[in-house]
Amino acid sequence: MSAATIISLPDQGTARIPKMNFLTKENGLLSWLLTGDHKRIATLYLVSITFFFFIGGALAGLIRLELLTPQNDLMAADTYNKVFSMHGLIMVFFFLVPSVPATIGNFLMPMMVGAKDLALPKINLLSWYLYVIGGIMMLYTMCSGGVDTGWTFTTPLSTHYLNTHVVSAAMAVFVAGFSSILTGLNFIVTIHKMRCPGMTWFRLPLFVWSNYAASILMVLGTPVLAITLTLVALERIFHIGVFDPAFGGDPLLFQHLFWFYSHPAVYIMILPGFGVISEVVSTFSRKRVFGYTAVAFSSVAIAVFGFFVWAHHMFIMGISNYAALVFSLLTMLVAVPSAIKIYNWAFTLYKGSITFETPMLYALGFMGLFTIGGLTGVFLGATGTDIHLTETYFVVAHFHFVMVGGMLMSFLAGIHFWWPKWTGRMYPEKISQLAALTTFIGFNLTFFPQFILGTLGMPRRYAAYPPEFQVLNVFSTAGATVLGIGYLLPILYLTWSLKYGEIAGDNPWQATGLEWQTQSPPLTENFPEIPIMDHEAYDYEWLERMQRKEVASV
Amino acid sequence: MSHISPVLWQFLVKWLTNFSLFPPEASKVAPEMDALYFFMVLISLVGLTVVILLIVGFSILYNQKRHPVATQIEGSTLLEATWTIIPLGLFLVTFVWGALLYFRIYTPPANAMNIYVVGKQWMWKVEHPGGQHEIDALHVPTGRPVQLTIISQDVFHSFSIPAFRVKREAIPGRYTTVWFEATEPGTYHLFCTQYCGTNHSQMIGQVVVMTPDDFRKWLQGSTSGNSLAQDGERLFASLSCNACHNSSADSRGPNLVGVYGSHLTLASGQTITVDDAYLRQAILNPAEHATQGYAPIMPTYQGQISEEGVFALVEYLKHLDSDYRIQQTLNTTVLPADNEGRPAPGANGPNTPGEVKP
Repeated sequence: MSAATIISLPDQGTARIPKMNFLTKENGLLSWLLTGDHKRIATLYLVSITFFFFIGGALAGLIRLELLTPQNDLMAADTYNKVFSMHGLIMVFFFLVPSVPATIGNFLMPMMVGAKDLALPKINLLSWYLYVIGGIMMLYTMCSGGVDTGWTFTTPLSTHYLNTHVVSAAMAVFVAGFSSILTGLNFIVTIHKMRCPGMTWFRLPLFVWSNYAASILMVLGTPVLAITLTLVALERIFHIGVFDPAFGGDPLLFQHLFWFYSHPAVYIMILPGFGVISEVVSTFSRKRVFGYTAVAFSSVAIAVFGFFVWAHHMFIMGISNYAALVFSLLTMLVAVPSAIKIYNWAFTLYKGSITFETPMLYALGFMGLFTIGGLTGVFLGATGTDIHLTETYFVVAHFHFVMVGGMLMSFLAGIHFWWPKWTGRMYPEKISQLAALTTFIGFNLTFFPQFILGTLGMPRRYAAYPPEFQVLNVFSTAGATVLGIGYLLPILYLTWSLKYGEIAGDNPWQATGLEWQTQSPPLTENFPEIPIMDHEAYDYEWLERMQRKEVASV
Repeated sequence: MSHISPVLWQFLVKWLTNFSLFPPEASKVAPEMDALYFFMVLISLVGLTVVILLIVGFSILYNQKRHPVATQIEGSTLLEATWTIIPLGLFLVTFVWGALLYFRIYTPPANAMNIYVVGKQWMWKVEHPGGQHEIDALHVPTGRPVQLTIISQDVFHSFSIPAFRVKREAIPGRYTTVWFEATEPGTYHLFCTQYCGTNHSQMIGQVVVMTPDDFRKWLQGSTSGNSLAQDGERLFASLSCNACHNSSADSRGPNLVGVYGSHLTLASGQTITVDDAYLRQAILNPAEHATQGYAPIMPTYQGQISEEGVFALVEYLKHLDSDYRIQQTLNTTVLPADNEGRPAPGANGPNTPGEVKP
């Protein structure tokens, strides 16, 4: 492996981390808490979402432990319900939604478009504070007894039948939702207004395109979630009767409103991940992304179609058969752009010059797992099979393949890929390749058996289950243990690398993005002077010419 | 292998002997559903294999050692069109196939026998037209279409029978229906699949499929004495519905004889077909469902009748094909003794022979 690599690091004997960079510019806690620098805010976000990821992960561990045996023996049924509800709420709203956009996206977006910062730096800081306030409210909810609505807040269960902390949980998500609206807004303005000279729309890296599409979804979709959660809270406190049939309300209205946000939210979560994969696959095969325009527009197509498929969560809920027909058809259409992306990435490898550093391993893992996640979505999008498979472990496996196998893999690909840019130091390559492999194996062992469980009919959100499902559940729990190790490793070696990692230099991957043409870690202003974009995205020949010129001038 | 712990060994042996990828196929629609499922598994495997072959193949052919310099390629409209159109075509096939199945499962045949299901935290109550009550169990015969009319008394539940490949949400405040025709006698799982609070995972039961003969015996052995329609008739009398709905010329409410299945013009001018859902709405929320020509004077019965009671009333009205019964109950609060144990008119109509105690 060592021979076939593109890593080119400066001479470790003489190399130094640049004295002036965004990390060293100012010191002290206040300089972080009051910063307007998108890279520092991204770092704050990275620390906070990692914190929530490990809480959510610990809850997932509890779920898998309970399901080791068919009986309801590790915890009370109510406790189990709270555990899976908190797992869902924390993972969806406090990890997946902000994961790539608010951390990697925040860090990179201005650099990728050649700007000094996001258009609205103070709004960016505000968005982090809203996230933290929402997070504290969620922690309060958890510590004061938790909530057992499931992450879906289904009415009338959430409004009339539970005596847990539904309102504080809903308000936590409400507040965190605004943080995601502000991030989306900031990205849209930045991409429209702050591109450097020469940076046309079709020279933008695909990471920018996919985050742009996700930002539109955040800005248009999240307010609906806010309205829905407000109505849940009002219904619960004042019994206003919007969802309660006893007062003439319609319980299905809640489903419509909730999924109108929460289906696009799936794309909010996965689209930025697509962006990471485009960057990584291109860099490690030294090639332009195959069919740049198709990949860019497929992101936009997903964003547009993504708004019109929400009722596929309600096929068995007594919506009209014809409505089900329309939503099923639209669901099939939204699957196509994802298929296009997968094949375009696969063909990016064609006639490339491929190396297999950790980000690439994660990206290849992503392509396999996301393909399975996407194809099993077709099983659920087809109305007939949805009747049998919905509300079972098949659904659980499907969205974990998309969210964990897809999103988390791409998040880790991105973190490893931009780690040298972020910190100025390399992560240790061998152990991180091992971590990527561990994650892949653990993931499949955890979630593949759940497809079979779902087909056999095991319902989701069950604390106890019929004994014939045990063996597959044991596999799943065993896999979760391996997966847990796969996620603990990066935390350890990435922390280690902060002090002991090799000095990375400006462009260890020989990548073409503008972010790689400045020092690592970057200056607070990102570039010594505003760059001029005079080449297409992913132009490796341009990069070579540049490097030859530098060598000649030295 | 002698070092494998006996617990683990037993565990694996048990698994290998019981391993299955599918629940049993116990209904007419199950093999059809599995055919579509297999088709989708097949296209998924083909799609996944292609992706894996491309990734692995290119990774071997074009790794840096073999192929040190990348050849820059913009893209290929032809290739991209290929992998747009082929998946789209396959997805559309599954869409049409799935929709055919969906319409089949949610469109009950006219001759289906009706069973009523009420979901509540955390049990299923099943009401047979013959008056048999079941909790967390459902007995059905083979070879006969069975329609379930489902409602929830509190939160969302979902009535799922994996062996039949059918599932339907139980929603508070509205009826949903699903049907199946069981083929294989046996005992199968009944699950609530919509999260419904504390004991969600205890809201399970058994579906017992019996041969028609056994089923007839079971019906006879389990009857509560009154058919569901008779329960409805008693409720009709005890709520004094007949004070207005008495089919006399000057009655204040519309005549209910033969109303089920008829076309009705409402006070709002809307024309509807009278079905279970309409009857339920008209009883619980009469102001908005008044028949044209009648004053909206009927009080609401929301909160006064349980969902089982509404089912009984609906079943009674469904089979109300002469006003004889109403006349009989007109001025009585107690049913005449000779009615005890005798089926209400229509309760043993053409759809439901043999379910009522003779």
